[in-house]
Amino acid sequence: MNLNQLTIKEAKEGLKNKKFSSVDLTQDCLKRIKEIEPKLNAFVTITEKEALSQAKKADDMIANGDDLPLLGIPISIKDNFCTLGVKTTASSKVLENFIPPYNATVVEKLNNAGAVTLGKTNMDAWAHGSSTETSDFGSTKNPWNLKRLPGGSSGGAAASVSSDEVLAGIGSETAGSIRQPASWCGAVGLKPTYGRVSRYGVIAMASSLDSPGPITKTVEDSALILNVLAGQDDKDATTSPRKTEDHTKDLSKSIKGLRIGISEDYFKGIYREITEDVQNALKVLEKQGAIIKNIKLFDPQYAIAVYTILQRAEVSSNLARYDGIRYGNDRSYFGEEAKRRIMLGTYTLSAGYYDAYYKKAQQVRTLIVKDFNQAFKDVDVVIAPTSPSTALFAGSSEDNPMFGELADVLVEPSSIAGLPGINITCGFSKEDLPIGMQIIGPQLAESLILNVAYKYEQETQFYKQRPKL
Amino acid sequence: MNSNKYQPVIGLEVHVELKTKSKMFCSCKAEYFGQKPNINTCPVCLGLPGALPVPNKKAIEWCIMIGFALNCQVSNFSKFDRKNYFYPDLPKGYQISQYDEPFCINGSIKLSNNKSVGIRRVHMEEDTGKLIHQENSTLIDFNRSGVPLVEIVTEPDFESVEEVVEYLKKLQQIVRYLGVSDADMEKGNMRLEPNISLRENTTNTTNKQILPIYKVEVKNINSFRFVEKAIEYEIKRQSGILNQGKNPIQETRGWDENKQKTVSQRIKEEAQDYRYFPEPDIPPLRFINSQISNLKSQMPELPTDKLIRFQKEYQLSKYDAEILTREKETADYFEESVRIGKLQKVSPKQIANILINKKVDFKNILPAKLIKGIVFSIKIDFVDKSKLRKIIQNVLLKNQKAVNDYKNGKIQAIGFLIGKVKQHFPKGDTNQIKSTLEKHLKT
Repeated sequence: MNLNQLTIKEAKEGLKNKKFSSVDLTQDCLKRIKEIEPKLNAFVTITEKEALSQAKKADDMIANGDDLPLLGIPISIKDNFCTLGVKTTASSKVLENFIPPYNATVVEKLNNAGAVTLGKTNMDAWAHGSSTETSDFGSTKNPWNLKRLPGGSSGGAAASVSSDEVLAGIGSETAGSIRQPASWCGAVGLKPTYGRVSRYGVIAMASSLDSPGPITKTVEDSALILNVLAGQDDKDATTSPRKTEDHTKDLSKSIKGLRIGISEDYFKGIYREITEDVQNALKVLEKQGAIIKNIKLFDPQYAIAVYTILQRAEVSSNLARYDGIRYGNDRSYFGEEAKRRIMLGTYTLSAGYYDAYYKKAQQVRTLIVKDFNQAFKDVDVVIAPTSPSTALFAGSSEDNPMFGELADVLVEPSSIAGLPGINITCGFSKEDLPIGMQIIGPQLAESLILNVAYKYEQETQFYKQRPKL
Repeated sequence: MNSNKYQPVIGLEVHVELKTKSKMFCSCKAEYFGQKPNINTCPVCLGLPGALPVPNKKAIEWCIMIGFALNCQVSNFSKFDRKNYFYPDLPKGYQISQYDEPFCINGSIKLSNNKSVGIRRVHMEEDTGKLIHQENSTLIDFNRSGVPLVEIVTEPDFESVEEVVEYLKKLQQIVRYLGVSDADMEKGNMRLEPNISLRENTTNTTNKQILPIYKVEVKNINSFRFVEKAIEYEIKRQSGILNQGKNPIQETRGWDENKQKTVSQRIKEEAQDYRYFPEPDIPPLRFINSQISNLKSQMPELPTDKLIRFQKEYQLSKYDAEILTREKETADYFEESVRIGKLQKVSPKQIANILINKKVDFKNILPAKLIKGIVFSIKIDFVDKSKLRKIIQNVLLKNQKAVNDYKNGKIQAIGFLIGKVKQHFPKGDTNQIKSTLEKHLKT
């Protein structure tokens, strides 16, 4: 077994016991990257030199007896997180020469936790999409099947983790961008509560929804990284003032008596294999003492309209700063998808249309929030498939402007409500593609959904199956 | 022109720049006047990708205090909105402002003719960067980007230039009293935008409630004089059009000081759609009543109240009280002197007379010294002696002819020299200048 195949927990153990160094670990990751990147294209920028010097520093600290949560652990960071001195493009040509003069808060926290950053991962340009096909630097491939899509927008992050290029990846989700690629690539993807992790320094997609979070091999690793990322940031006024907690503490707590809600509409029109696997997963949890309850949530398809309007409106405003005066490249460098979103968003915010679109969408958003609040009076968590399909073929998103919204229909309602959700693999299709289910909890209930995911993972251990690449 | 045929209908938008230490949404220094370009900037006020605004609490409090001073209602709920438009000095492509839920609404202010002018709203926003045009290029200085701005909008209640100017002076005095802005017109701390239209003059009161079907806005004026001139020009221009039986078009104009006229900048058909929507980066703000009342209790005495109190408490004429309360510094100095003078049986009127007639140098003559001077009838120098000396030396050096004339017996030449000194030292007491000059001329 190569070191790059380890989980964070295993690697931390090995580093602590001096079985190997962070430089060894980083070298193995770099070796893997060099070997498969030409096929996979998970990275926009690889920072080999910086990574090795961070690893060296981590080894010195380990030798000194220092201990940090991610000391010496090689990770990847999605290319929409500003990294001081390292090119940050959001996979758009508009920013192909942008080198930020500052670090995102998340990057700052990872650095302080001792993480080793191997590079910046590919994504749909500006995070607009669910395929990574809208990247201006070429699409990323799915490690399970190179003819398939990795999902998106954090497709590069998910692919870099499930192909063992890194031990973990940092992604961001607006609606589905962590959970959906994690599902298609067979990884654990956690979208925290909106406001739990700072957005400062994350190139904005839809500001009222964007939530940075980890993509990892295991649930425990996810909790470890969330511990590092979570917390109020005085540079982001929308972060929650709630005190942070140790998310690893309750992982193995019994789920006896836990009430799991299932809403019928979340199983409409999805692959039959996916329904079967999620149902099997529920049986596994039932066996551990959980109670499955049928509930009635709004049909997730209502969320598509709400999400599309709100997100496009915010996008049109957020992309206004790339006006050609700074950053080198002008507006002609925007891709088709960004242009479409700018036009649609501009339209819905225009005088005379605001009430019919934006305002209406905000009103329905409030209803969706209330709908979940009501549901969480009867159940502790909600479980549903993450995506209606397994990884689709490359090219599927082309000529389909609503591709992302349809691929993300099952994650959009919880994103709109700002709720935390986690994707975990619950089986494999006949074509040997991962199938994911999501566990959604009330606001700031990250520890609870991690607990449920962990109990399930311990029982099934699907994460041990790796793609043969 | 038949000046009585039409009655002006004027409303005002005034931008006041607050003098907080830091900017509105980041911790950069808010100072930009005379600073090296782009020195007080950060990712937030440069609008870099990923940067987020965090509102300045002090600025919000000051905005609310301005609202209180203008008798506004302060809302328990408020929020920021994005005003989307393109301009090279606007790095985010939108300005963070307030749209439908400003901090303060429905205020009023009374003019000397007893008329009450309605204040529609007082809201908070951020300033833009500054464009510096060179021969073939334009440079951008972002030091001003994100400096807190308060916008004060009146109802279209003004009916004459005089009312407008009185209101503006009052407003300037109020923000200075509150200590929230220098309101220095030359530095651009206070910018004025009148909108002007005319209606037929009539005694019919219902007609008075109907607004003209057009309005002309004159943008970004930075002096009271120019506002006066712009309004006068517009009244003339619009009457001319109305006299021809036409209606002036709704448009935005600018004041051209060189041409002494307003010029069209943008007509209504090209009006911007700012696509306002709630700023998602800043959660809505909720104020509990105790926060609001706490702010209210921190309000200093305002000019109008002080004026009335000075007349009553110190038995001063309205004229004297008006001069003494014009600036807070003078009023404070006066009251401190009165407090000290009371023990020495010096009356407020005595003190007022000296302050009004002598133009005392507050920095160098402390109230105690002033009172001492009055009590012991000591001839005190009300001005800074060393400064006066320096000016005199300079004047003597530059006016050798007059000096020689004086020394040759033409003593009336001293009048010329006094005049020269006064040019540089208009505050100076003539007798004092004369005696100091004489001393210098004798050596």
